[in-house]
Amino acid sequence: MAGRAQPVNPWFGGGAAVLVAALILGCLAAVALRAEPGAGLGAADWRAVRFTLWQAVLSAVLSVAFAVPVARALARRRFAGRRMLITLLGAPFILPVIVAVLGLLAVFGLNGWLSDVLGWAGLPPLRIYGLHGVVLAHVFFNLPLATRLILQGWQEIPAERFRLAAHLGAGPGAIWHLLERPMLWRVVPGALAVVFAICVSSFAVALTLGGGPRATTIELAIYQAFRFDFDLGRAALLSCIQIIVTLIAALLALRAAPSGGFGAGLDRPVRRWDADGLGLRVLDGVAIATAAGFLLLPLLAVVLAGGPGLAALPVSVFQAAAMSVLVAAGSTVVLLVLAVPMAAGVAAGWRWIEAAGLLGLAASPLVLGTGLFVLIYPVADPFSVALPVTALVNAVMALPFALRILVPRARQVVADHGALAASLDMRGLAFLRLVLLPRMRAQIGFAAGLGAALSMGDLGVIAMFADPQRATLPLQIYRLMGAYRMEAAAAAALLLLVMSMAAFWLLDRGGRWHAEA
Amino acid sequence: MKYLAFAAGVFCASAVVAETPELTVYTYDSFVSDWGPGPAVEAAFEEVCGCDLKLVGAGDGAALLARIKLEGARSEADVVLGLDTNLTAAALESELFAPHGVQAEYDLPITWDDATFVPYDWGYFAFVHNADLAAPNDFRALGASDLKIVIQDPRSSTPGLGLLMWVKAAYGDQAPEIWQGLADNIVTVTKGWSEAYGLFLEGEADMVLSYTTSPAYHLIAEEDASKAAAVFDEGHYMQVEVAGKLAGSDQPELADQFLQFMVSDAFQSIIPTTNWMYPAVMPEAGVPAGFENIVDADKALLLPADEAAALRDVALGEWLGALSQ
Repeated sequence: MAGRAQPVNPWFGGGAAVLVAALILGCLAAVALRAEPGAGLGAADWRAVRFTLWQAVLSAVLSVAFAVPVARALARRRFAGRRMLITLLGAPFILPVIVAVLGLLAVFGLNGWLSDVLGWAGLPPLRIYGLHGVVLAHVFFNLPLATRLILQGWQEIPAERFRLAAHLGAGPGAIWHLLERPMLWRVVPGALAVVFAICVSSFAVALTLGGGPRATTIELAIYQAFRFDFDLGRAALLSCIQIIVTLIAALLALRAAPSGGFGAGLDRPVRRWDADGLGLRVLDGVAIATAAGFLLLPLLAVVLAGGPGLAALPVSVFQAAAMSVLVAAGSTVVLLVLAVPMAAGVAAGWRWIEAAGLLGLAASPLVLGTGLFVLIYPVADPFSVALPVTALVNAVMALPFALRILVPRARQVVADHGALAASLDMRGLAFLRLVLLPRMRAQIGFAAGLGAALSMGDLGVIAMFADPQRATLPLQIYRLMGAYRMEAAAAAALLLLVMSMAAFWLLDRGGRWHAEA
Repeated sequence: MKYLAFAAGVFCASAVVAETPELTVYTYDSFVSDWGPGPAVEAAFEEVCGCDLKLVGAGDGAALLARIKLEGARSEADVVLGLDTNLTAAALESELFAPHGVQAEYDLPITWDDATFVPYDWGYFAFVHNADLAAPNDFRALGASDLKIVIQDPRSSTPGLGLLMWVKAAYGDQAPEIWQGLADNIVTVTKGWSEAYGLFLEGEADMVLSYTTSPAYHLIAEEDASKAAAVFDEGHYMQVEVAGKLAGSDQPELADQFLQFMVSDAFQSIIPTTNWMYPAVMPEAGVPAGFENIVDADKALLLPADEAAALRDVALGEWLGALSQ
């Protein structure tokens, strides 16, 4: 470890974290203060809290458990189309919920492809609806993210360590003990926390796949408080529970993850001499093929459903698409302006910054939107600021992902190069420009790509603020569906999928400096 | 100089706009969408009012009411369009609405004498299915069958709440029994109408909770006669969609004019093939084929607004109880 001589100034990151926390807690307070005396929490609400926790824990554990072999296989193997596959595998994560659910059901539903296959074999159709359906859907959404986060952990082991291991005759078992297991100990807790946080605020997926009110989550209880009872106090209270639960998970994860690293490398391409055995090849092949099948078949269903209507899409859909690109671009800039200093701040030792960043994911979008509305309404017409507000909220919601991507690398760079930089009296901007940013290009690109794609696909708060002239593409998809135009909606969803993937691909590729990452 | 000219231009343009009075109407999102009635209504009203009609979309009916309550008396809205009879009691209680003076000959299966809210369209909730399915003719038969249905959650969706009130209005204290019968037929419960209807079209269920007018969309817009709505013997719960004038409106005359326009031919003839509901006042040209009423007027069910509000929490408790087991 480098001593405590810090080449980066954590105050900028700390400031950004305070801003984010103030925004979110301010929204929450605005809703709470607007409340009239309400009923408080009832037994049904606590049932919702229990179900939410249970499904989120299951989903997080299974997503990460499956992600480890897939990430390991992807880290060890080089094959044609690997990069393309890694990008495509990320698609479920950035699709609008309703589109992904329809894609998922086209494969796993009662009338899905799998049930068709079972039917030919004389078996009854698959019953997807229930807790297992909720978990399946959450794994579908989060396996890609978990895989990418863990794969990144593998890529952060310097090539020289594998070279040395090969030199010393270390087999797969020894490499697992010496390199891979310690790396996983550092990466897995963070991945678990992020997936858990996503699943805590799940609502439409949990309800639809859960098969009914048994699958009531906190977010649905918030909806009920807000629109069924107009009990803003209860909505704020439930949102507080959501935030506390997420923060506890985050703190546990951050405490569990040891710091330290593998030392600096020379950024050479990785070669794996240990993984040439036939058994390992088959194992990795199976892991990659299973994940690809599981994640890509529902996407194929989305593509097949959308293809026929693509040519007949109305102009307004393309206008909305342009609007979405604008929002995504703005939101990506805001995201990076917040996330990079925050990551540097965490690397400089201010670990609480990351917890503040996680707030964006923990807060209910409905409460966030309502709070913003209450705050903005007295000073400006909420509609006139719909797009900037959407971009800001999308950025804040993508912040936890960006931090998970940026922080481990930032920490590593500061640990590996901080002492040398400090001895050269290289600090602040010079360190940022010459050491930190060049070494974080890949992570910044990945974070920006994810942020842009998420922002493009997110309905977010736009639904509360939108006027007819300023719809984004996800909102337009909902409008098409609401007007019975399911085929056009499917085509618009395909357009959104392509645009999100393109944005992700461009930014992610733009940041790569690993020849083979 | 160029900038000065530009500024002058902007100034003059805004001066002209300022002379045209503006009427702000808050409504649900699907009303203002390109495929809803909004664009045609705006054009038609602006032709006669000499004003600028500003339609603002905010979620669905329940979100709309929440929005108005949040904004309170300072709201810029002059008219709110898109509440239904499950919401009017709460809307009235907010004391934000003013009585209307609209006179019209309504084409509703019930008598309408609400002093605050004016209806503009209505429909019956119904289970929609493929025409070749032998559909059950009441809730008991549906519960006894092994047909699969998709419904919406009453806590997040207007039709979902409609179904709750439907069962309650038809069966009263026996409602829990009906829900227990339906429990094994319900494939899943969705957040909103779109998700449920999408699942039905994907073949995930035999029937979906929608409206008796849904098959008309497929018939008229897609020339597809393969969908039908099941007629239930216990009657069908109605959804009446209404608009109201806000007491704090700065354009009360224009708001009155809009409400009166709303029950006129120009507005009403737009409704069937854009909102896919029955018009509240029959247009002179009638309604297109496919909109024939399949439910007898004496089978129309609708709880009075105050009764609906009082029964809502009980009905929700029964629903949750039966489906959470």
